[in-house]
Amino acid sequence: MKVFNDTRTAFARELGPELRQPAGLLFTMLLPFLFLVLFAPLLSGMAHPSGGGMNTDSPWQWFVPGTLVLLALSATAGAGASLLNEMPSGAFERMLVTPLNRASMIVGRALKEVVILLAQALLILALLLPTDFRLRPLGALAGLALLTVFGIGIGTLSFTLALHSRKQQTLFYGVQQMVFFPLLLLSGVLLPITEASAPSWLYVLSRINPATYVVEAERALFDGRFAEAGVLYGVLAAVAVAVLGVIAGIRGMRNASV
Amino acid sequence: MIHTRGLTRSFHVKGETVEAVRGLDLDIEAGSVVAFLGPNGAGKTTSLRMLTTLLPPTSGTAVVAGHNVLTDPSGVRRRIGYLGQGNSAGSNFRVSDELITQGRAYGLNRTESRARVERLLTALALEGLAKRTVGTLSGGQRRRLDIAMALVHEPELLFLDEPTTGLDPHSRAGIWKHVLRLHKELGTTIVFTTHYLEEADLWARRVMVVDHGRVIADDSPDKLKADLAGDRITLGTADRADAERAAGLARALPAVHEAIADDTEVRVRTPHGDTQLPVLLRNLEVAGVRAVTARLTRPTLDDVFLGLTGRTLRESADATTHDGA
Ligand SMILES: Nc1ncnc2c1ncn2[C@@H]1O[C@H](COP(=O)(O)OP(=O)(O)O)[C@@H](O)[C@H]1O
Ligand SMILES: [Mg+2]
Repeated sequence: MKVFNDTRTAFARELGPELRQPAGLLFTMLLPFLFLVLFAPLLSGMAHPSGGGMNTDSPWQWFVPGTLVLLALSATAGAGASLLNEMPSGAFERMLVTPLNRASMIVGRALKEVVILLAQALLILALLLPTDFRLRPLGALAGLALLTVFGIGIGTLSFTLALHSRKQQTLFYGVQQMVFFPLLLLSGVLLPITEASAPSWLYVLSRINPATYVVEAERALFDGRFAEAGVLYGVLAAVAVAVLGVIAGIRGMRNASV
Repeated sequence: MIHTRGLTRSFHVKGETVEAVRGLDLDIEAGSVVAFLGPNGAGKTTSLRMLTTLLPPTSGTAVVAGHNVLTDPSGVRRRIGYLGQGNSAGSNFRVSDELITQGRAYGLNRTESRARVERLLTALALEGLAKRTVGTLSGGQRRRLDIAMALVHEPELLFLDEPTTGLDPHSRAGIWKHVLRLHKELGTTIVFTTHYLEEADLWARRVMVVDHGRVIADDSPDKLKADLAGDRITLGTADRADAERAAGLARALPAVHEAIADDTEVRVRTPHGDTQLPVLLRNLEVAGVRAVTARLTRPTLDDVFLGLTGRTLRESADATTHDGA
């Protein structure tokens, strides 16, 4: 299938330099260690932020899924920067002249970030195995799949932003930061945002943030709970972001050389 | 191979409208080598971008390699190769990786793509550089790589936007050697832009002179020079009277456009200097007018451009700053 092959081609191109730079890869993979070393001491002996309702009492059970979404956001939100660097040269233009499927071009690029993110996620999960964190393989697998869809969405949105910023690169970094932090802080990744704990305006904002639903779905999935409305909402939110990202990206490419 | 009607493109920059291309009507046959010659800002790149599906035209139609650029862009993309004004290969990537990616983008499988890349690296004298990072190549090597990228899928139509700008004469000659061999072996149709008149003159069989978004002349380099500039015959005579008589005799020849006596020099303009010079000398002999010196100068495309616009190509190139657009 052409779409599949083209996605693979775009993905393989981006992965190449990554694999050829072991130092960069090493630092990327050190991030999970850093996270655990700096975060774990705070969690030991801490009560469940969700106030119960989960299948295990380990605070990791609540924090890890959110952390993965945090990683996903930070790994893919900056994806557009690579495109931004390529646009002034002819490298991107040359790809636009090839018959590569337009959606594949950006999804393949986003998948590169996602694959690295998945490697980091797996590393975190492996490192947590000796703790009281309880890994539910099926739930974790579903959680990572959800993360992939969400990562493709944020990645392609980042590419779209880059396509529109080709004339002023600062626009990219400005908008990216402006969107990234609210998206992150309003998603309840680090602290729960509930009707009881947050002022109502903040609560409302968090409820219109798609990342919130993804975080909640990840928590349910990593806890082994599939048949929940929260899971459905999370999947819908991630798919919506991905569809939006791909459509906006294709539109952006149509005018990329104007 | 290429047919356009009324192709135009304008840009809106800060409230002003720039008409980059104004009504391009092209008919380019398969197998030709065509140059767009014109100063910076003439609209060469914009024209190529429309023909390669990168830029939607403001109005007009373009059918390239049998497919409409607006309604069937992928049909066009599959059949063309494109070398942009910038570098096609990403600087952080490996030379061979970028080439293989390019082949894959055109639907070649990995094995085919690799085989083609091997051949291309040899053909373009890039053998030793397969494992190098693109960013470490010299300007000439990088441009040869760009050409290799445009050729991986052996397109029937190749667009080259200023393929040799910024390169030294040696690298420029090298690039043309490769491109023309390809043209010979595969019959590839080649459309290139340049603001080097020598390049258009040497390599194109058809030159379109472009200025301010319009094609102002379109013919083979020899015809352009003959029709629009003409050869120049310069005779030296012993005295002023001889010069006047020689000019009169020259004007009597049907193929002579202009003959001016200036002191002891006569300047004659004719499309066919090579055949007119012997005739003129014979006629002078018969009439008893003695020519002391005779010189024949062939015109350059710069003379053509000068004749058409009143500016020289070199002046225009210097006056317009290279904005990289
Ligand atoms: N993307 C663009 N936005 C605004 N103006 C442009 C753009 N591309 C080209 N132009 C303008 O259109 C004219 C023709 O440019 P171009 O086609 O690049 O000329 P050439 O390739 O012959 O040097 C120039 O005045 C240039 O500034
Ligand atoms: Mg140009």
